[in-house]
Amino acid sequence: MKQETTQVLYGLYNDEEVLLHAVKKAKEDHLDIMDVYSPFPVHGLDNVLGLSESRIHVAGFIYGLIGALTAFLFMTWVFTRDWPIIFGGKPYFSAPSFIPITFEVTVLFASVGMVVTFYTICGMGPGVTNPTLDDRITDDKFCIAFDVNDANESQQSALRKFFDETGAEEVNVKTI
Amino acid sequence: MSAPISAIREPLITGSKSYHTITEDICGPTERTPTTAWVIAFIVAVTGLALYVFSVTWTIWVGIGSWNLNRTINWGWDITNFVWWVGIGHAGTLISAILLLFRQKWRTGVNRAAEAMTIFAVMCAGQFPLIHMGRLWLGFFIFPYPNTRGPLWVNFNSPLLWDVFAISTYFTVSLLFWYTGLVPDFATVRDRANGLRRKIYNFVSFGWTGSAKHWQRWESLSLVLAGLATPLVLSVHTIVSFDFATSVIPGWHTTIFPPYFVAGAIFSGFAMVQTLMIMTRKVLKLEDYITLEHIDSMNKVILATGSIVGVAYLTELFIAWYSGYIYEQFAFYNRVMGPYFWSYIGMMGCNVISPQIFWSKKMRRSILVTFFMSIFINIGMWFERFVIIASTLARDYLPSSWSYYSPTWVEVCLFIGTLGLFSTLYLVFMRVAPVVAVSEIKGILKTGGDQYVGPNASHGHSHHDSANH
Repeated sequence: MKQETTQVLYGLYNDEEVLLHAVKKAKEDHLDIMDVYSPFPVHGLDNVLGLSESRIHVAGFIYGLIGALTAFLFMTWVFTRDWPIIFGGKPYFSAPSFIPITFEVTVLFASVGMVVTFYTICGMGPGVTNPTLDDRITDDKFCIAFDVNDANESQQSALRKFFDETGAEEVNVKTI
Repeated sequence: MSAPISAIREPLITGSKSYHTITEDICGPTERTPTTAWVIAFIVAVTGLALYVFSVTWTIWVGIGSWNLNRTINWGWDITNFVWWVGIGHAGTLISAILLLFRQKWRTGVNRAAEAMTIFAVMCAGQFPLIHMGRLWLGFFIFPYPNTRGPLWVNFNSPLLWDVFAISTYFTVSLLFWYTGLVPDFATVRDRANGLRRKIYNFVSFGWTGSAKHWQRWESLSLVLAGLATPLVLSVHTIVSFDFATSVIPGWHTTIFPPYFVAGAIFSGFAMVQTLMIMTRKVLKLEDYITLEHIDSMNKVILATGSIVGVAYLTELFIAWYSGYIYEQFAFYNRVMGPYFWSYIGMMGCNVISPQIFWSKKMRRSILVTFFMSIFINIGMWFERFVIIASTLARDYLPSSWSYYSPTWVEVCLFIGTLGLFSTLYLVFMRVAPVVAVSEIKGILKTGGDQYVGPNASHGHSHHDSANH
């Protein structure tokens, strides 16, 4: 399990392009980045960081499939087994008229499922407080953070040197 | 990702904004005391809301007999209002979802407010079928739940039930989509606040940190939700049109209804977006984010959809004549020349003829003209639904039961009341949430800011910028 607190050394950048170059350099220098924070999604950052593609859409597909089957099979069961009624002289199993509801339930399951999954895997939810490094990260600062819990003096100064070279505006340490 | 920026593309953000000034401009209004204009608007809106509460209470207390519906004309202002409000909602989803899939960057200026409009409009729409049930407290009968009467299930073959599923799914998905977009912006507001205010925004921002992995998932989620919302929005008004089209009433039983309803919905929705945006940008001083370019783009959509609706009206008339079926011919003769001829004129004038003014670029970029046109169009689209419902029902197969319908004060107050409900919700939204998507605006700053693109660009055409994408 994760430790109670983590000591974080982080640098703040003013521009997303400077940030991208810095992340590239960190990767070249084999520095172990804890996380990168930004006020908006920076395009190309996930490639540079080496993040694998999000599979949330796969989850969405599965939820949608469950929704489609639930709706279609339920309506079929109701009108062919549980309480068959003739509507307008049509067959009990009138698949075309089940399509609108099947579609709506598919969309409903996929959307609700994906949103719930998203918040769960991100560790987010109503009232959740996750530690943040700097209030300006949601405004105009771009942040690279390193976990320095177990780092010795020389490793820390190497990281500070890295921030200095890549054009960080500010370097701070914070325990979260 | 995105295509290289054309040199002639107009800037979408003016005033040489930096990331910080964007935050200031958009989050600022939620932090200051409300302006006098807002307070006056809020008082008017709450008065409307009070009227709404009163007329709903009256309707439930006295019963549906307090409306002027009769045995011939059993759908009147209620269903007209329902279809009108649902239609208005559609523009929000169109802007947020379809334009996202088409990578139209101008959507970022208006999507947040347009989605809020969708949610509030669907809330207003949902009232009418519920109240029209008469016994509102039995409203849960519309859901297929296991019950002690068999269980006796709802009729899954009925378009009215499809509507229940369509509207409730639409509302849920729109709400989730909108809120997920709001979370990072609430975090921005949170990080600027102190004390109780910080606690509240901390609660609603769900613990957002801005981590790279979260952003990646967030973008993926937004894209898939947009992909789902796009067929959803088309399905919703299609299903609303099925309420009419699957019946055997001449004038309703037509295959043109789904596309024509969807076009009409987008048409009226964009008009409502214009009405709201023109006021919002003025009151909150957001002219740099909701520019003339945005208004121009939306007017083009209005012109296109208005013309589609016009073609649909004429096609209906032609097909009625061409069908050689006298009942159909009579239904349409009656629409144009019958007792409700005035509403047909209102519809044609407001929806088909008046938007043609937008062929002129000067008119498309005139705020005054746009504002009045947006009101006209919403009146016209209300008439369209009234024409379809009332004029068709007033003259059915049996001349002895022909009738005429005009609303009682309760029905009129109910409609004005939902306008009050809608305005109240929108005004509260303007106070508590960033009305423009802050993070999305920052994301397009370097491709849409006037210091980067357009005639006054000072940073030149940053080559590395477009090469990076």
